[in-house]
Amino acid sequence: MTARSIRGMAAATLAGALAITAAACSAPGSDGKGAAAGDSAVVGIAYEPESLSPLLGYGKDGNSKIFDGLLAFDGDMELRPALAVALPKVSPDGLTYTYQLREGVKFSDGKPFSAKDVVFTYRTILDKQTNNASKSELDALKDVKATGDHTVVFTLKYPYAAFAERTVLGIAPEHVAARQDVNSGPFTTKPVGTGPYVLTGWSKGEKLSFTANPDYWGGAPKVKKFTMAIIKDDDVRATRLRSGDLDGAILPPNLAKGFKGESGKKTYEATTYDYRLVTLPTHNKVTGDTAIRRALDVAVDRRTMVDKILEGAGKPAYGPVPTGSEWFTKGTERPHDLAAAKKVLDAAGWKPGPDGIRVKDGVRATFPLWYLSGDKLRQDHALAYASDAKKAGIDVRTQAGTWEVIEPRMKQDAVLAGGGSPGDPDFDQYLLLKSSLGGDGFNNMGWYDNPAVDKALETGRRTNDKAARKAAYDTVQRELSKNPGYTFLTHIDHVYVVNDAWTGLSTQVEPHDHGLASGPWWNVENWVPKK
Amino acid sequence: MARMAGRRALFAVPVLLVVTFAVFAVAAASPFDPVKAYAGTAGLTASQENLDQLRANLGVDQPLAERWWTWLTSALTGDLGDSSVMRQPVADVIAERIGWSALLAATAFAVAILLGTALGVLAARRRGGWLDRSVSSAAYTLEAAPAFWLGLLAIWFFALELGVLPAGGLTDTASETVTFAQVASHLVLPALVLGVSQLPWFFLYVRQGVADALDEDPVRGARARGLNERTVLLGHALRSGMLPMLTLIGSRVPELITGALLVETVFSWPGIAAATVQAATSVDFPLLAALTVLATAAVLLGNLLSDLLYGLADPRVGFDG
Repeated sequence: MTARSIRGMAAATLAGALAITAAACSAPGSDGKGAAAGDSAVVGIAYEPESLSPLLGYGKDGNSKIFDGLLAFDGDMELRPALAVALPKVSPDGLTYTYQLREGVKFSDGKPFSAKDVVFTYRTILDKQTNNASKSELDALKDVKATGDHTVVFTLKYPYAAFAERTVLGIAPEHVAARQDVNSGPFTTKPVGTGPYVLTGWSKGEKLSFTANPDYWGGAPKVKKFTMAIIKDDDVRATRLRSGDLDGAILPPNLAKGFKGESGKKTYEATTYDYRLVTLPTHNKVTGDTAIRRALDVAVDRRTMVDKILEGAGKPAYGPVPTGSEWFTKGTERPHDLAAAKKVLDAAGWKPGPDGIRVKDGVRATFPLWYLSGDKLRQDHALAYASDAKKAGIDVRTQAGTWEVIEPRMKQDAVLAGGGSPGDPDFDQYLLLKSSLGGDGFNNMGWYDNPAVDKALETGRRTNDKAARKAAYDTVQRELSKNPGYTFLTHIDHVYVVNDAWTGLSTQVEPHDHGLASGPWWNVENWVPKK
Repeated sequence: MARMAGRRALFAVPVLLVVTFAVFAVAAASPFDPVKAYAGTAGLTASQENLDQLRANLGVDQPLAERWWTWLTSALTGDLGDSSVMRQPVADVIAERIGWSALLAATAFAVAILLGTALGVLAARRRGGWLDRSVSSAAYTLEAAPAFWLGLLAIWFFALELGVLPAGGLTDTASETVTFAQVASHLVLPALVLGVSQLPWFFLYVRQGVADALDEDPVRGARARGLNERTVLLGHALRSGMLPMLTLIGSRVPELITGALLVETVFSWPGIAAATVQAATSVDFPLLAALTVLATAAVLLGNLLSDLLYGLADPRVGFDG
């Protein structure tokens, strides 16, 4: 670097600072006025998206404030039409999905929405050059065509019952997004969509500001201004909620407890598909033994984990499907029963050694359990699991590490993992249990291999007959209780505290990752200010 | 003086080259996988084929030296590349944030230097007095206190208990426009916290320097000549007492950058610091390299500045020394 460029840099920095001051002075006195109490809402979230482009995966699970999908989920995760006028027509062989599109819908820049935008969106996501990490979710999709201005036809490679659930992803405008680099163009931060809100500002690391879309096809939202403040630290978020800076926030259960019973604040506990489990790798001599797996499954005290670790905000988990879901197989609950665990181990020949740890054919009943370092919740689960296992004579050695350390060991070592996506039972179960996906990235981390489960999983995804699907997933869950390749521990509720200033608040069933639109504000466009 | 600045600038070229190469080498050797970082939670369900395609698209499978050379040559033509973690051009990422970081750091530095010097002179004047004792013990405590903790404490006290200052953000959370008054009021807490966390160093150096100077012959001589206390203190003692502090200014720059990192996170300040952490943990080469160049330049400039100041304050020190 030369002297000139150093001076240049100093000058640029100075000029930058001056420009900020000048810009600041030229926009006087417009701080937050005009918004009557109630028609603006500010919420605190812990997570900031990298991009707001649906082409890169933003809003793929529906429910984006800026974009609409062809379909959307309601509060009970039932599909309802959005940019399509009705649910799709599915051909008898389950390979063709035809959508009729809503007419007269406009993007927030005033340009009309049509079938070519839908085709553009899906084709761009499938394109190899598009860096969309979620594109495996559209694996079943072969092609998409417009057969008119307002008709779109999807063709699949194989019958996939959950396909309609994938069409909740946001539709991008071709006339904007097609003209730029899909991976880094301005569209990724300055989105244009058809949704109920328009992004007015994104101060990275600070907040996202939205204003109601007055021309929204579903009717203009009553909450005119909506702000998402990005506050990564839980304590700071709670403090700013208390100071009145925020109207609502996501909080860990122990911090949310402090707001219970406070007038003017309401607590919402969203039920989720967000599970914590312990993988029991098939390739490990100890965890691969069905007797050990079954013993652990009943030795673990799930209820106490919910009460002590989650402060009651959660439910015991017996499989990927939460007990409250319509897809849950009643009767597969396994209550805590230490005596039964010991009986199973005794019967299988795992005899207690001198130190109380069981031994069979010279193999000690011991295995390592990894958890993500820095994740308090996972650490607590891992320690509780190890302590419960010890009582049955199984020595679980907990170890913390980053994913880079854990991943190469996943074939042999147990991992305390998390996951869960609501919508369709296929989403979680196929990726978690299908034997052919053993070791494929983070899919089937335990290398679970059960032909009966494999068959049921295929039946479940290839038929559109709901009764047949229910039977298939019942089979999966029953098999899982006979030969648990994972010890499922808990489903975790997400806790939110919100000012009691609106009506119409509810929560949706939520996935594992805290998306931008999770929380009571999933339907902020339907909130009505209290008088 | 100009010659020294010029020579330092020439010296900066190889330093920056080495530093950027080192960044690439360290990042490549780190256990972090850029593809995993890019995919985020989606990576947990992505197929291996999809992850492999991402690896090819992001160009992270190329050898280290080639990646560095490609980055360097395009950076010299003004193209800093695209940040993978922010999904936008590196130049945009930096342009959006650096002004706010510079504003925060400069204000904090000013607070630390001015307040530290003033308190240091007052404490040195009456060593062992109540002011000296209370400020010194406070300074030692502050030196041990993490900026992060100070930030939480400040939010609790000023925003929650007193309710006089905003708890975070650049402007009121609901406000969409950036006004001078808003930024000024939101700057107070983060800048104070960052400034106060740096203050002990300046205070302790000035206190010691001025105290020593007060015992030296020139000052005694000045006193004996009947000069008034003010002239003695500011004209003689402070001048030589300042010298060690001036070298400190440059060396505090890296600490200021790390401190800013924590303070920006606590106060949701939309600066460059948070981006730096993200770039590092995501092995976002283009962003990381650009930010490293900036940080290195800041440190080099800091050192140059303290040497220049030293030279100006003490004419006996040559600029070429």
